[in-house]
Amino acid sequence: MSGLPPYAEWLGITLDRDADGAPVLVMPFGEVVLGRPGFLHGGAIAGLLDMAAAAALRHALAAEDGARIEPITVTVDYQRGGRDKPTRAAGTVTRLGRRVANVEAVAWQDDRAQPIASARVNYLLSRAGSA
Amino acid sequence: MTTFDPVRFLRFSAGGHNGRLGLAYRAQGPGWIELELPYDPRLAGDDNGAPAPGAIFTLMDMTTSMSVWAHRGRFALQVTLDLRVDHVRRPVAGEAVIGRGECYAIAGQVAFVRGTAYQLSLDDPVAHVAATFMLMERGA
Repeated sequence: MSGLPPYAEWLGITLDRDADGAPVLVMPFGEVVLGRPGFLHGGAIAGLLDMAAAAALRHALAAEDGARIEPITVTVDYQRGGRDKPTRAAGTVTRLGRRVANVEAVAWQDDRAQPIASARVNYLLSRAGSA
Repeated sequence: MTTFDPVRFLRFSAGGHNGRLGLAYRAQGPGWIELELPYDPRLAGDDNGAPAPGAIFTLMDMTTSMSVWAHRGRFALQVTLDLRVDHVRRPVAGEAVIGRGECYAIAGQVAFVRGTAYQLSLDDPVAHVAATFMLMERGA
């Protein structure tokens, strides 16, 4: 099972893993993610970043049964236009607290060090046993 | 004074992400414009069927973008610099989400916008957004 929501499937997103087993989401270019001619829609990039951040957090919480996550604030910065090629995205959990988690995510095409967009997502956590 | 025609714009962009989401023009007033994201279970973000944050993000990106064009009286190339969404509450599955966007200032080549996503009442928001756009041409 991929663990990705229906919206990911609708966008054509698939789940890959990096060398350490951390989730990397891959979104193909196509009409469903098209903005102005030849470029990815900023909203599709945001959706990819949002799901990459959530996948990273679920990965970090994998040992806990029943932990629920709820995104509270999502901020996306756009750095480059997304072109006609696949886009990859991955998240990094910068802090995992009892009630709040902070996650950063980047989306890139050719080079992970040159992202097309990045996001910061703050989550509220509901963990089993903490009601 | 020219005017920006949101219905014509949406028809023009019907082939891409906006059209696939089914974004539709709803209303406009002084300084604001509204679009509607129809309910579609394929856009669910989790098991309860409510639309994914990403779909709401696109709705608000477009409605705030269009508020800039309405403010300027015409379409012109612009790119999103940043957009923040505060998810006030989880949307209800089965109901459309309406986005209202407002361009409240243009300073130099930057347009400042804010917006609200709601379902049945503007007083019961699903999300609030703040964003900036870079205007890609001079002589605005």
